[in-house]
This record gives sequence, structure tokens and C-alpha cells, in this order.
Amino acid sequence: MADKITEEQTQHIAGLAKLELKQAELPEFTQQLNDLLKMLDTLEKVDTTGVEPTYTVTDQINVTRKDIAEDWGERDALLKNAPDTSDGLIKVPAIIDESEDE
Amino acid sequence: MNFETTIGLEVHIELKTNSKIYSPSAAQFGDEPNSNTNVIDWGYPGTLPVVNKQVVADGITAALALHAKIERHPHFDRKNYFYPDNPKGYQVTQNDTPTARDGWIEVDTKNGKKKIGIEEMHIEEDAGKNTHEQKYSYVDLNRQGTPLIEIVSKPDMSTPQQAYDYLEGLRQRIQFTGISDVKMEEGSMRVDVNVSIRPIGSKKLGQKVELKNLNSFNYVKKALEYEEQRQQQVLMAGGEINSETRRFDETNGKTELMRVKEGKDDYRYFPEPDLPTLSISDEWIDELKDSMPEMPAKRRDRYVNQLGVTDYDAMVITQTKEMSDFYDKMVELGADPKLAANYLQDNVNAYLNDNQTNLEDTKITPEAMATMIKMIMDDTISSKMAKKVFKAVTKGKDPKQFVEEKGLVQLSDPKKLQPIIDGVLNDNQQSVDDYHNGKDRAVGYLVGQIMKQTHGQANPQVVNKLLKGSLDK
Amino acid sequence: MNYLNKDLNSLHQMLVNKEISAVDLVKGTLSNIKDTDQEIEAFNNLNDRALEDAKAVDARGIDANNILDGIPLALKDNIVTKELPTTASSNMLKNFTSIYDATVAKKLSDLGSINVGKTNMDEFAMGSSTENSAFKTTHNPWDYSKVPGGSSGGSAAAVASGEVPVALGSDTGGSIRQPASFTGIVGMKPTYGRVSRWGLIAMASSFDQIGPLTKNVFDNALVLNAISGHDDHDSTSSEKEVPDFTEHIQDGVKGMKIGIPKEYVNKLAPDVSEAIQNAAETFKKLGAQVDWVSMPNSKYGVTAYNALQTAEASSNLERFDGIRYGYRASDAKTLDELYIKSRSEGFGDEVKRRIMLGTLSLSYDNVDKYYKQAAKIRTLIINDFKKVFADHDLILSPTSRVTAFTIGVEDQDPIEMYMNDILTIPANMAGVPAMSQIAGFSNSLPIGMQLMGKPFDESTIYKAGYAFEQNTDFHKQTPKMGGK
Repeated sequence: MADKITEEQTQHIAGLAKLELKQAELPEFTQQLNDLLKMLDTLEKVDTTGVEPTYTVTDQINVTRKDIAEDWGERDALLKNAPDTSDGLIKVPAIIDESEDE
Repeated sequence: MNFETTIGLEVHIELKTNSKIYSPSAAQFGDEPNSNTNVIDWGYPGTLPVVNKQVVADGITAALALHAKIERHPHFDRKNYFYPDNPKGYQVTQNDTPTARDGWIEVDTKNGKKKIGIEEMHIEEDAGKNTHEQKYSYVDLNRQGTPLIEIVSKPDMSTPQQAYDYLEGLRQRIQFTGISDVKMEEGSMRVDVNVSIRPIGSKKLGQKVELKNLNSFNYVKKALEYEEQRQQQVLMAGGEINSETRRFDETNGKTELMRVKEGKDDYRYFPEPDLPTLSISDEWIDELKDSMPEMPAKRRDRYVNQLGVTDYDAMVITQTKEMSDFYDKMVELGADPKLAANYLQDNVNAYLNDNQTNLEDTKITPEAMATMIKMIMDDTISSKMAKKVFKAVTKGKDPKQFVEEKGLVQLSDPKKLQPIIDGVLNDNQQSVDDYHNGKDRAVGYLVGQIMKQTHGQANPQVVNKLLKGSLDK
Repeated sequence: MNYLNKDLNSLHQMLVNKEISAVDLVKGTLSNIKDTDQEIEAFNNLNDRALEDAKAVDARGIDANNILDGIPLALKDNIVTKELPTTASSNMLKNFTSIYDATVAKKLSDLGSINVGKTNMDEFAMGSSTENSAFKTTHNPWDYSKVPGGSSGGSAAAVASGEVPVALGSDTGGSIRQPASFTGIVGMKPTYGRVSRWGLIAMASSFDQIGPLTKNVFDNALVLNAISGHDDHDSTSSEKEVPDFTEHIQDGVKGMKIGIPKEYVNKLAPDVSEAIQNAAETFKKLGAQVDWVSMPNSKYGVTAYNALQTAEASSNLERFDGIRYGYRASDAKTLDELYIKSRSEGFGDEVKRRIMLGTLSLSYDNVDKYYKQAAKIRTLIINDFKKVFADHDLILSPTSRVTAFTIGVEDQDPIEMYMNDILTIPANMAGVPAMSQIAGFSNSLPIGMQLMGKPFDESTIYKAGYAFEQNTDFHKQTPKMGGK
């Protein structure tokens, strides 16, 4: 059985998912997450020795397409739907940490 | 205390396919922002990826070039992280089942040949591009979804020079397969470096540091040289190396701290449920193997041992597949292998350097070069004339036609030259006397007169021979 | 004229015979929705252009060979369309209109059917009551104080109340079948890969399937005919040939072998239990062989499903980040603030809860323990199905242990809510087709029966469902609108 997760860990998970929990919501969320985890912890008891995992139930294999470029003509509509744009670019508040870039 | 260095490289190479890896948008750059994008590239709700077969083929081709074991049932995985140039919030890559594992390439080092291992190689999508201003950043998704292969080396390199040699060897091999331009300056080859040092004899590897912003092989080498020194100094001073990412500053040749890594990055990898597993058949691998161009090492071997070219020339010729193919074509058309090598190595390379261009972007053709070289071989033109002819070749002119138009044909026929020589000797009795009196300089003067009379078209070797014969008669 | 309870064939004949025009039908539908939906609240958005579309159909004339021509229908609000907004009942997409049509939407409109509107659902299809909608609570036509089930509750309520003859839903863990069960209609979750997912806002990609909700089995088969088939845009969609699902629908169940998993009849409400026993008797009477089977790994279904489904969902919902479309928090000063505020304000609590559970399930320390282990259990569940289907044609069970519950009661306890799907989840885990149809009543609320079939054998399900329908009359009853 896993240790109970703390409110701090709940915040950490929320951070990974780019969510923010208000201080008032935190205890309830943490409680609910712990209840759910308690449920997930029961999975460990199932004997799955030698069992291959199933990640998809599609009957398809080896589905590819030919390397032909297509222009779907969606640029303007895409830009129009964006919350903020400038000269054909999507505009966001300044990215300060470039660590993920390239 | 003496230290040894351990270097591992992660190289991203952009494939030159027509369309993106999971969407049919054009995979090309320099267009208006977001013009080569569609709902898939924007990660629109409800969109799904479809794999570009050419990317899988290119991955297998690269694996073959790297002597790696090819995964027969690869699937794709999602790597989850938030970033504005990552529209789905995850990158579709291969984590569990990379396209290939466990390869190697052999590189030429100062101390001979060395095998460097490849840990794994996988295919994945590139991200879009962010540009930054003071208050805002801007996202262009044209690059989003461009196919990449990532090649992760084993930590087999122990000097900055070896890292350099590995990168050069890798670049060449990939370049020869034709799947990528592999140009650092254009971003179609990108290098991340992991480097650690440890006291010689220590079993445990030192703490590794990641280096970024390395925009040329030279910078990789310089950054590594700096980093070796820095880490040694830290350790000698009793300090500790942190797990961190450092950025190379091209202006001062130093690395500077970008960020300290706290714990593990948690990318929450899992199999991409939107893409069925691939199945790579023997037949397909064989087909790709058969269509694979000869690799540079093999070509060098052939040039040196069969064609009698020098090691150095062979190396220069095999810098790019275009150059090497060009050379092969010249030889096939009958150009003397050594002369052809010389001309590629000197004239052509100098021209490319002067004009900062690539062979394939010029008007120089192997046909024209072979014709020119053959004219040198049969004494139709002199090597001096060849300089003019080469200039014409760079402008796309036919060398034969050019030579005729300019009347550049070399006078080598003794029957035509002898009367001219006889005339010059008649007109310059003084010089003939000087020669017989032991003044060898006189010969130079006489040759000059003959060249003048023939407007420089006389074959100097033939002239020399005939002149000597006449004088010594 | 009242079109409300006519089946597709009757409507089609009326259109072909010009007793009514497509415009009449759509007008009638829209005015009826306007009326009925004040209480039911099944629709998020109505299609302003529906009448125009109907006029176009009339102008070119009804195609006598195309049963869906001129037929009004509704789409769950997670199936994207260019004509009207697609919100997934989330503030995140409140004002979002897609710039492309889902494959199913395109197929249906190419056939001349008319999309009259988008139906309410649990936000991003997360829930089993439609109470998790950011916009409204949909009411069960049989009793307004009850939920219509979920997450395709809007689609189910719209069909059950006679607002539209056909609606599409999506089913990840029971989201078509459970609301079909709660509202007394027919809901089919086809085999995974039978219907293209292109344009379905993904919840859990390895489970999601689009399927029809209809008043009767035959109509359901007709609609599945129209939306099935491989799609080049969806690599997981099957290339298997699509049969005409109505071709053998009248062949009866004689000689069919139907298994009832003993694990599926635990903790049933007494009336539900009785209805399933009666259904078994009906099938026997019609010549089928019905016996008990065992699916021992079903009991892990809900839990394993939760690990997998939340994991996939957490990743699928990362794209909703306030950058390229949908809700963007207006006052964000930094990029991180933009992400966090847009997502925290845009998503409701249940969505956040599942994203967080999924994030945990995939996190470095837990991925083997939860996600991978759950994927192995999925294999065990698939093996259970294989074993039963080795000598059975169908599996019979209730769709839900209970009938429609009261609005507001299960709001608080997520685990109880997840348990609602215990009987429907295994079909999604295995990817097999499964259908719910009415098999009785309990206190005037419908009881749903589930038939599960072999992969790509929807035909046999329809055959049995049709035979059952022909020999019972539960489906002939219509809600007295709110139980009043």
C-alpha cells in the first residue's frame, strides 16, 4: 500500500498538470485523490505474472500514409480562432525559461 | 590528480521529407508563419496523427547506416510537457521501442580508427518555433511535426576531439544516405552534449552536465574543452559538480549555467493510443538496404586503393555525397582519377569556398569537368588554359565550345610548330649564339618569343623539346 | 402532425411520398425542441442553419434509396462541426467553433441528414449523470428529478423525449449505454475501430467510440450503417468490411448461445435483477440457449479502467492550454500564469480530478504500479471475453445495477460515481461491441439490458436485440414527460 499523499504532493501533481488548487479546495482534493489511490492500490494484488500489457484494442497494424504534402488551406481560420495573434504568429506572454526550447 | 572525461552526444537530425511526420502539411521552412500548418499541427480537438511511411523508411535507412539493430514492432509514445511550441502538450516520439538500438560508427581519429557506439535511435516530431520579445513571445508552428531522428551515442568518447570526429563521421554517413542535409548552420543537425569527468581509475562516472546552444562542431569541441577545465577546477577546489544544463557562449567560449536540474524530469511517457504498432518486414529492410548509397569509408577505400588517389584527396572528395557522386561520374566519363581528384580538391573547392555555395547549387557539371580534364589529358589545352576553361564551366558553358570560340586550342603539332621555331631562331641569331656560349637563359627568351608568335597557344612541352632539338642540331 | 415517435422507415416513407418535406420535419423538430427542452435541457446549441440545410434537401429532392436523407438528428457536443460550436460542455470551449467537421458529422450530412443541434454531456465526457456539464443539468424525460445518465445524457434525453429520432453519443466506459439504459432507448457502442474518431474530442483514446442512440434497434442499425468504416484520418479505424447491419436483423435468435456472467449480477437492484431474468427467459423462449458464464477479472475492471482512462485523458486534455484556441485567462502576466489560470478556470472539478489522477498514474514513480499493471489487467479482461466467446455468441447483463438516480445525490462521491460504470466498462476494456436497450421498468423508470458481442459482430447483437424488441413492448412506452 502506498503512503498517503500529502497536500504538498497534491499541489505538485497539480503543477505538473498546470492546474492550481485554491487553498480551500486542497484538503478535499487531497482526500479524494487518496481515496482514488487506495482504489488503484488494489491493482497491485492482481497476479499479472507473464501477462503482456494491452495498450490498444485496434485491429489495425502498420498504418501509414504516403509522403505527399497537402495544403488544407486552414491557416486563416486557425489564426482567427486563436485568442491572440500578431502578424500570423500566435502571441503569448514572454517565455522566460528557454530550457525546454530545442 | 588526473581526470578522464566521458562524453555522450544526443544528435537530432531533421529528415528532408515532403510532408510532416504525422500530418500532411509541407515540411519546409522560410514560408510565412503558420502557413504550413493544419488542424493536426495545431493540436485541434478531435484531430489524430497518421504516420508518414517515408519517415519510417528513413529511420530504417539511418539505422542501417549506423549498423544498428532494427526494432521490428516499434510503437510510438507520448512525452508530456507544456510549452507553447508543443501544441498537443505532448510530443509523439519513441521511448519503449526506438526504431533501432545498439549501433556503431567508426571514426578517424588522430590515433587511428575508433568505434563509437550508438545506444539508440528513434523517430519523432519536431516542435514549432518560439521567438521572443520583451513582453511577449510568438509561436510559429511551421516546424511543428517536421520529422526528426534522434541518435543517442554511448558515452564512448573521452576527448573533445573524439566528439568532433564522431560528429563529423555521423554527419557524413547520414549525409550519404540522403535522408537529411545534416547542416548545423541550418538547424537540420542539432547537438546536445553530456559530459562528466572522474579521477583516473575511479569506477564510478562523475556527475554529468548537459551542454546546449552548440551551433557548430567547433563549438562542441570548444565547449567540451572549456567544460573539462571548469569541472577539473571545481573538483580540485573540493567542490561538487551539479546536475545542470549549461549554455555555451560563442562570444567568450565559456559555458554558463542555464538551470539546475531538480530531480527527474517527469514526462509521463506512455504508448500513443492513436497510432497502431508498426511491423517492419525483412523484405522492406532488404529493399532499403539495396537502395542505400555506398558509404563514405567504402568510397575512400575505393578511391585510394583502386584509383590511386591520395588519402587526403579521398577525404576531401567524400565530405559530401554530392561531391563524391560528382567525382564518380567524372571518372566514369573517362576523366583521369588523379587529375579529377586534383581539380575537385583545388579548383572546385576553392570556387565553392569563394562563393559560399554547395556543389549541387552551382552550374558545374561532372560532364563538363570530365570533358575539360580529357582535353588536358590529350594536350588539347594546357593547364594554364584550363583555368580559363574552368571559369567558363562555372558559368555553365560547354568547355569544348568555349575552347573553340576563344581559339584556345593548344598548338602541339610539331609540323605546325617547327616552322614558327625556325623563324624565331632566324630572327634571333644573338640568342642562338648566347645559348651555344652556355647562356641557358637564352632558351627562356626564345620560348617567350615562340609563345608570343602563337598567342600563347603553343604547347610549352612540345616547344621546349623542338627548340632544344633545333638548337642542338 | 406528430413525428415524434415515428421510426426512421416511416419518416423516410413520408418524405419520399411528399407527405411532409424536410423543412416540415426540421421545423417541427425545432419547435418541439424549443418546447420540450425548457424542461429537459438536452441541447447546448441549436443549429441556426438547420432550416437552410433542410431547404437544400427539399430543393434537390429526397433520395428514395437513402434512408437518412432529410432526417433531423443531434450530435453530442464533443463531436466537432464547422456549423455550430463544439463545447464538450466545458467553459474551456464555451465559445469554440471548430474549423473542420468530424468524419461522422460529414458522413451524416453527406447523406442529407440535418444536424439540428449539439447535446449536453458531462464535461469532456467525464461522468455518468450529465451533471458535470459546465452549462446545464439535463433531466430524464421519464422523471425530471432524475438524471438521464451520462456522459451522453443530452443525446439520450433528446431521443427519449422525442426531440430527435436519432442522436450520436460517445462511449468510453459506458457513456452511450448507461444513459440509453436510464432513458429507455437503444444505445450502441460499436467495436473499437468500427467508427472513425476523427473529430471526436478525445477523452481516453484507446477506449472512445462514437455510436448511435435511437428509439429502436432497427433504427440503430441503420445509423451504424451510415457512420461505420475505415477513415484515412484515423489510423485505429478498422479496414474490415462493414456489413449491412439490418440484413439479417430479422433472423431471430434460434440456436444462439447467450452467456450471463455470474459476476455481473451482484448487487443488482431487485427490479433490475428480475428484468434480466425475464430477458433471459424471453431469449430462451425464442430458441436461444442461455447459461451462466464466468468473467472473473471483471471485478478489476473499474479500477484498472480508472488508471488507464485518467492517464490517457490527462494527456489528451493537455492541448487545452489557452494558447491556440478556446478559453484563455484574460489577466495572465506570465506564460505559466496563462497555462495555470486558463486551465484552472476552464476545467471543472471532475475534469481536474481525473487529470490529476491520470498524471499520478503516469508519473515516474507510479507508472509501473498503476498504469502498466492496469494495462496487464486489461489483457486478463480481454482473455475472459475470448474464453466466453469461444462458445457463446453473446453476453447478456444489465447495463447498470440501478435505474436513473436522483439529480444531486451522487455529486459528492467520485468513487461511487465511477462504480456506475462497472457493467459497461469491460466492453470498452476489450473493445467489443455492446448495446443497451430497454428490458423493463422499475417505479416507472426504464431498466436497461446490455448485449455484448464478439469484435466486429454488431450484427448478432442487433439480431438478438431486434428479436427481443419484437417480443416485448417496453420500447413502445413513451415517457409521460417528467412523470407528470
